[in-house]
Amino acid sequence: MPADILYSVRNLTVEYKTRAGVVRAVDNVSLDIRRGEILGLVGESGCGKSTLGKALMRLHTGPASIAGGELWFDGRDLMKLSEREMPDVRGAEIGMVFQDPMTSLNPVQRILDHLTETIQTHEPEISDAAARARSEELVERLGIRRERLNEYPHQMSGGMRQRVMISLALALRAKLVIADEPTTSLDVIVEAKFLDLLKELQKEFGLTILLITHNIGVVAEVADRVAVMYAAKMAEVGDVNEVFADPKHPYTQGLLKSVPNIRLEEAELYKMEGAPPNLLHPPAGCRFNPRCPFVMEVCRTQEPAFAPVVGDHYASCLLYQEAGMKQERLHG
Amino acid sequence: MTPIALIAIMIGVPAVLLLAYVFIRGSAGLRHYILTRIALTLPMVFILATLVFFVMRILPGDPVRSALGPKGSPELIQQIREQLGLNDPMIVQYARFLGDMVTLDFGNSLIGGHRPIVDEMSERFPATLELVIPASILALLLGIWGGTFAASRRKRTADYLWRIYSVVIYSLPIFWLGLIMQLVFGIQFGWLPISGRIDPIIGTTIEHITNLYAVDALITGNWAALGSVLQHLILPTVTLGLILSGVFVRMTRINVIETLQADYIAAARARGIRERVLVYGHALKNAMIPVITLIGLQVAILLAGAVLTETVFSWPGMGRYLVERISSRDYTAVQSVITVFALLVALISLAVDVIYSLVDPRVRY
Ligand SMILES: Nc1ncnc2c1ncn2[C@@H]1O[C@H](COP(=O)(O)OP(=O)(O)OP(=O)(O)O)[C@@H](O)[C@H]1O
Ligand SMILES: [Mg+2]
Repeated sequence: MPADILYSVRNLTVEYKTRAGVVRAVDNVSLDIRRGEILGLVGESGCGKSTLGKALMRLHTGPASIAGGELWFDGRDLMKLSEREMPDVRGAEIGMVFQDPMTSLNPVQRILDHLTETIQTHEPEISDAAARARSEELVERLGIRRERLNEYPHQMSGGMRQRVMISLALALRAKLVIADEPTTSLDVIVEAKFLDLLKELQKEFGLTILLITHNIGVVAEVADRVAVMYAAKMAEVGDVNEVFADPKHPYTQGLLKSVPNIRLEEAELYKMEGAPPNLLHPPAGCRFNPRCPFVMEVCRTQEPAFAPVVGDHYASCLLYQEAGMKQERLHG
Repeated sequence: MTPIALIAIMIGVPAVLLLAYVFIRGSAGLRHYILTRIALTLPMVFILATLVFFVMRILPGDPVRSALGPKGSPELIQQIREQLGLNDPMIVQYARFLGDMVTLDFGNSLIGGHRPIVDEMSERFPATLELVIPASILALLLGIWGGTFAASRRKRTADYLWRIYSVVIYSLPIFWLGLIMQLVFGIQFGWLPISGRIDPIIGTTIEHITNLYAVDALITGNWAALGSVLQHLILPTVTLGLILSGVFVRMTRINVIETLQADYIAAARARGIRERVLVYGHALKNAMIPVITLIGLQVAILLAGAVLTETVFSWPGMGRYLVERISSRDYTAVQSVITVFALLVALISLAVDVIYSLVDPRVRY
């Protein structure tokens, strides 16, 4: 694993066992997260973003399980750790920020106790006073006055709580923070402030952030690279400027066209045809083929590889692959 | 000091302390809420007492006839009724009754030696307390621990066993469970006494201070009596405690399961908090909030259970007293017991509400 890669996901598959059958919410996905970057992970609702994010910490319980793959984090495969060893990684080396800060804090626990509990879980030798001092320092750095540590979650605003969530993710100086739609429930002004904070933290602590969102605008604003998921598969990955300037995958193209006010200056708002497939019965071949404006015969039978198109810019589309080049386009 | 006064102090002092704490630390809204609750309690008790007053008098039979039995000549009956004031117009009797209630005097018994009800209760009320306090503690500990454990083993064997336990125990009649306990542990194995509060001979050595025998024996260092009291306590306490635990197992289990699915549990898990801490620390504490409300609602059921348990185990408490005096139509005794029960239920559910507001930081009245 190259030294600049912090987390390397290899061929990860995550399944939900449901009454109707097995849903593969993440299907054979590979992804590298580089040290110190903000990687945006985007895709329509239900494409498996959260499932992937949770799998990076092996947080799945109940009907979900990791059916295969490797999770190389900072030099070791997390899949090889036992259930008893995983909690040592969670919170200490990888932190997580959830979508809804309103429900992600324990309503009967003071903010301070959230922090000291987290610190002392991982570093039991730390005294209460020291844990308190560390918590105060941390939250002040994030723009929360230390007196507010004595409050209960319901006494804080959404933006404040999301800062608390970040402070919890950073309490043990985690190398990677996975933020799953951290700003969805915030209003735009608070959202902008929060995104600024993320960028500051990235610079100041060399923090690596996986930012899950379905908001392309957010990605454009803060991410260094972007990964686009479609129907449990990785569609496209690359430098954010490159991908937005020259999207390779027809899905990414559609996604960008349907966003108002982004670099592509379209006169009217574009709406992509169709809807993502039911993951119980995904279409054969390329998963995007029923909606693809450039669909070819081969797309209905052959699954594209996830391969480089130019340099570090990856896409899983037969248009750029040998099998597709030989084919004539059906439309387009 | 009379035992009843001591008991009143034992209940009253913590209650006053709790109220004082709330009044000093609590919000204006909470203070207002408590004052309203107290203000509402009094008319409620008044209405209940009035209801009992009239229902007792509508019931066929009367205290004098049932005390004298078939031997009583009509003249004698009339004479005693006159003495006891039972021949006065209903409205006069009612006024007298209200006067007694307001002064917390309760009047005299209509049968036997016509002793003051207060004296009769000062022997029996502590007996009931001595039964229901350990029974509630047992029910709560068993229910909360069992429910939490079942929730943490959801859909595994331990969970199914606890669920079967809670359904079965909840549907068992107290009478039946009490009889089985007596048969098995009292008669079959001969391990434990099956009736009364204390061995009658040892009982003569006990000093009546609070009439909570365990407490009296303890503070006077009467170890023989303490041993006997504890032995006598086991079967009735366990019977009542087990029956009550069923609903707590169910409530705790459901609430812990629900809480374990909350986002903040997932978030805490993502911070490396261990599963055991998630269940017994985070989830249980939140799940206790609705369970505490249930405790308030269960007080009435607890007292009803005490009536049955006392009957089965010949336990000389308020419950058995109530049953006896209903059948002998001792109006004053019945009215008094019911009034005390009503006050108790109101007081405890108010205390539970206050505790609730202290446990849940979000509650604002
Ligand atoms: N608990 C579950 N049981 C069964 N299937 C589930 C469960 N959670 C998710 N799934 C399935 O997994 C797929 C991916 O879900 P996931 O939550 O990862 O999507 P997402 O990309 O995060 O969507 P969103 O933008 O709405 O958060 C969904 O299509 C859904 O069908
Ligand atoms: Mg999601």
